Amino acid sequence: MAIVTLTIDGLAVSGRDDETLLSIARQHGVEIPTLCHLDGLTDVGACRLCLLEVEGSTRLLPACTAKPVEGMVVHTSTPKLQRYRRMIIEMLASEGNHHCAVCVSHEHCELQRLAGSVGLQSVRVPYLYPDKKLDATHPLFVMDHNRCVLCTRCVRVCHEVEGAHTWDVGFRGIKSEIVAGLRVPWGDVESCTSCGKCVSVCPTGALFAKGATVAAMEKRTAFVKYLVTARRSKEWVGDILEEGDE
Amino acid sequence: MSRDLSAILARHQHDPLRLVQILRDVVEEHGFISPGTITTLAERLSLPRGRVEGVAGFYAFFPTENAGRYRVLFSDNITDRMAGSVELRQRMLEAFQVRDGEVSRDGLVSIGTTSCTGLCDQGPAMLVNGRAIPRLTRARIGSISAMIHGQAPLDTWPANLFDIHTHIERKDLLLSTPLAAGAAIDAAIARGPDATVAQVKASNLRGRGGAGFTTGVKWEMCRAAPGEAHYVVCNADEGEPGTFKDRVLLSDYADLVFEGMTVAAFAVGAKRGFLYLRAEYPFLLAPLEATLAERRKAGLLGKSIRGVADFDFDIEIHVGAGAYVCGEESALIESLEGKRGIPRNRPPYPVTSGYLQQPTVVNNVETLAKAAFVVMHGADWLRVRGTGRSAGTKVLSVSGDVARPGIYELPFGATVREVLDLCGATDVQAVQVGGPSGMLLSRSEQHRRIMFEDVPSAGAFMVFDDSRDILQVLENFASFFAHESCGFCTPCRVGTALQRRMLSALAKGYGTRRDLKDLARVAKVMKASSHCGLGATAGNAALDALEKFKPAFEKRLGTLEVMPTFDLDRSLAPAREVTGRDDDEAHLSHEEEE
Ligand SMILES: Cc1cc2nc3c(=O)[nH]c(=O)nc-3n(C[C@H](O)[C@H](O)[C@H](O)COP(=O)(O)O)c2cc1C
Ligand code: SF4
Ligand code: SF4
Ligand code: SF4
Ligand code: FES
Ligand code: FES
Repeated sequence: MAIVTLTIDGLAVSGRDDETLLSIARQHGVEIPTLCHLDGLTDVGACRLCLLEVEGSTRLLPACTAKPVEGMVVHTSTPKLQRYRRMIIEMLASEGNHHCAVCVSHEHCELQRLAGSVGLQSVRVPYLYPDKKLDATHPLFVMDHNRCVLCTRCVRVCHEVEGAHTWDVGFRGIKSEIVAGLRVPWGDVESCTSCGKCVSVCPTGALFAKGATVAAMEKRTAFVKYLVTARRSKEWVGDILEEGDE
Repeated sequence: MSRDLSAILARHQHDPLRLVQILRDVVEEHGFISPGTITTLAERLSLPRGRVEGVAGFYAFFPTENAGRYRVLFSDNITDRMAGSVELRQRMLEAFQVRDGEVSRDGLVSIGTTSCTGLCDQGPAMLVNGRAIPRLTRARIGSISAMIHGQAPLDTWPANLFDIHTHIERKDLLLSTPLAAGAAIDAAIARGPDATVAQVKASNLRGRGGAGFTTGVKWEMCRAAPGEAHYVVCNADEGEPGTFKDRVLLSDYADLVFEGMTVAAFAVGAKRGFLYLRAEYPFLLAPLEATLAERRKAGLLGKSIRGVADFDFDIEIHVGAGAYVCGEESALIESLEGKRGIPRNRPPYPVTSGYLQQPTVVNNVETLAKAAFVVMHGADWLRVRGTGRSAGTKVLSVSGDVARPGIYELPFGATVREVLDLCGATDVQAVQVGGPSGMLLSRSEQHRRIMFEDVPSAGAFMVFDDSRDILQVLENFASFFAHESCGFCTPCRVGTALQRRMLSALAKGYGTRRDLKDLARVAKVMKASSHCGLGATAGNAALDALEKFKPAFEKRLGTLEVMPTFDLDRSLAPAREVTGRDDDEAHLSHEEEE
C-alpha cells in the first residue's frame, strides 16, 4: 500500500493505491453516479455507469473498480461521459420493461433517479421487448425479471453477507438472467433463509415484498455496509457465534 | 442415472475446478443436463446449486433441456452461408418437420446453428452431437438425414464423413523449419531460464492471438512474479470467425506447439500447463493426447525433463464448451477453474494473478510454436522476416470468395493485394481482416499491409466479391456478437442485441435513417465503455462499413417506420396484477412511442 496523488476534476487529491477511484472521489466530495456498486459489497464493474475519463487513454475506466496511479488526471463528468451515461441508462431501459407507473418501486427506484439525473426523458434506441417472467413462488417476495438491470447486488448480498448463495447469474448475453434455479422457482429453493436482504438491496422494482403496491417499495441499503463493517471488526459477536463455532 | 454420474465424478476426482469438463461428460452421456443432475452435482461437489446452473446455462454446448438424440448444429459463419448452408439447413428442417433451434416431437433430432466452427476452408460445416462434419452438400445432407431417420449410432456413420482436410497453401519460416523433438528444450536448458527469456525478448516476438503483446516481456513478468506455483496456458480457443490456423498447427505441428509450451514452462518455472482447446475441434483431441503420451515416453514431459533435476512439467488438455469469450485470457482462466467465462477485472493481469490467482502465462498456439524456434535458432531466426515493429511471419486463414482457401504463411508487411493474388481472388469488393472484431477493408485499400503498424490480424482473412451483400455480412457478424456476449456489462450485453436488431432491419430493407445514427452511437459506446475486448470490438465492422460502404446502406433504407410487433401493454398485465393497478396510467398509451 502506498499513497498516491492524482487530479480529479481539477482537484489535486491523494489516496491509497488500494482504494478505488470511486472511494477517493467521494471522500473529496466528488459525486459519481453508480448502480451496481453498493457500499459493503465486492465491486464488479458491471453496469458501467461510473465510467471516468483518464487523460492519455481512450478507454473509459469504471470508478468502482479502477485503482489510482500516481499522477493520473481523471475527469468525472465531461460532456462525453454524460452522453455515454445517458446511453447506458437508455440501454438498461430498452432491455427491460420499465413502465414505471405500474412498478412497486415507482419514485424509490435508483434507475428512475439516475434517468432523471442525466435528463433522460425518452429512450431513443429501439426497445428490445424481451418477454420475461415474474416469479411469485416465494412466500414473502416476488422477482420480476422485467425490471432487473443485472447489477448482481442480490447475488452478492446473498452470497457475501447472508452466506446462502441462493441467486446466481444464468445463461449469457441478452438472455442473462438472475436465477435461483434454471426453471426452478425461487420458492422451491432450499438454501433461501427468507432474510430479505436481496429485496432490500435491489435498486429497482425487480425484487419486492408481496403485497407492495405501486410506489410502496422503499428500500434501505445502508444496513449492508453496517453489517459488513460490524462483522469485520467483530463488533457483532452474536452474529459471528451464530454463524459457526470458530 | 446416479451411477454413471458417480463414474463421471470419480473420473474427475470430484474436483469442482473440473466442473466444465464434468458437464461435458454429462452431456456426452445424457445429451443434456437436467435439473436433477444439477442438484446432484452441486451436492457431490459441495458447490451452491446456483453456481452449477450458472455454469450449465453459460456454455452453448450444454443443453439444459432435452435437445434430442441427434443434436445438429450448422456452423453459421458468413463463409458457411456463402457456401450454401442456409439452403441445406432448410432442407433438413423440412425433412424432419422441425422448427429452427427446436427438437422434433419424437425427441429424435434438433437442428440449429452455432458460431463458426473453424472449417471455413471446407464449409459448409456442422456438428452432430459435437462431432464435426465438413464439406456439406445436398448428397451429404441426404445421407445424414437418412442415418438419423434410421437411428444409426454415430459410430457407425461412414468415417470419411468426418475427415478434416488440411490446406497449407504457402509455407514460410514457421511452417518450413524442421523440428527434432526436444531440440528447443535442450537449447533452453543449455542457456538457462534467464537467458531464454532474454532471447525471446530480443527476437521481438509479439503475441499472435490478437493483442500483440511482446512475448518475452510477458514471460519475464511471470517469471519475476511471486507465487506458490506458476502456470503456462496455450490458448487454442480460436473462436474468431474465419480463423482456423491454430487448428492446422495443432493437427500438423502439435509437437512444435508442445515444445513451445515446455520451453515457456522452463523459462517461467511452471510445473503444470493447460491446453485450452475449443469444443469445435473434438477430432484433434485423440491425436493431441497421443502426441502428449509420446512426449512423456520420450522424457520430454514429466519428471526431471532431459535429466534436469527440478524440471518437472506436464500438460493437460481442457476442452471448452462453445463460448467465444473464453478466448479472452482471463475468461479462459475462469473457465479452466470450472466457472462461467466472465472476463476478470484487470489489473491484476494473469502474469501475476492468473490460474488460481497464481502467475500464469497465456499464449496463443502460433506464438508458442514460434517461441520454440526462437529459443532453438536464436533471436535472428524470426527477425529475418517482417518489419520493424512486426518481426517474422503471420499465419493467415484465408476463406470466402477465393480459388484456394486455406493456410498462408506470409512475412509481416505483405499487402492485402499480395494475399488476394496468391489465393486467387477476383472482383473483390471487401476483405474482413482479423475476423468480425477486426478491420473491414474496401476495394480501394488493397495496398494496406498486414502488420501491427497497419492492419493487425489474429489470423482471419475473409474475402467478399462483388456479388455479396455487405449488409448481410454485417448482420451475420452482429448476430455472432449478440450470441457470444457474456452479458456481464451493460454496453455489450444490450449493445450487441440492439446492433443485431438494427442491422437485421437494415439488411431486410426496412431500416431508417435514424437506425444509421443509432447504430453508430451504440457502436461507439460499446467501443469505449465495455468491460472486455469482445464488447470493445463488436461495433468495429459496423463503424468501418458506415464509413466505407455508405451507398450500400443508403440504397437499402426503407420508407416506412417499422411498428413493433410486440404487445407491450399486454406484457404489463402481470405487473398490474401484483401492484393492484388498472387505471389509465397503468396502461401503455401512445405517447411512449416517439
Ligand atoms: C473476446 C476475445 C477472444 C479472444 N480469443 C482468442 C483466441 O481464441 N485465441 C487467442 O490466442 N487469443 C484470443 N484472445 C486474446 C487473448 O485474450 C490473449 O491476448 C492471447 O491469448 C495472448 O496470447 P498471445 O500474447 O500469444 O497473443 C481473445 C481476446 C478477446 C477479447
Ligand atoms: S431472501 Fe436472503 S437468503 Fe433468500 S435469496 Fe434473498 S438474500 Fe438470499
Ligand atoms: S434482481 Fe435487482 S438486485 Fe438482482 S440483479 Fe436484478 S436489479 Fe440487481
Ligand atoms: S464486453 Fe461483452 S463479453 Fe466482455 S464483459 Fe462485457 S458483456 Fe461480457
Ligand atoms: S457502479 Fe461502477 S460499474 Fe456499476
Ligand atoms: S420505477 Fe422503473 S423499474 Fe421501478
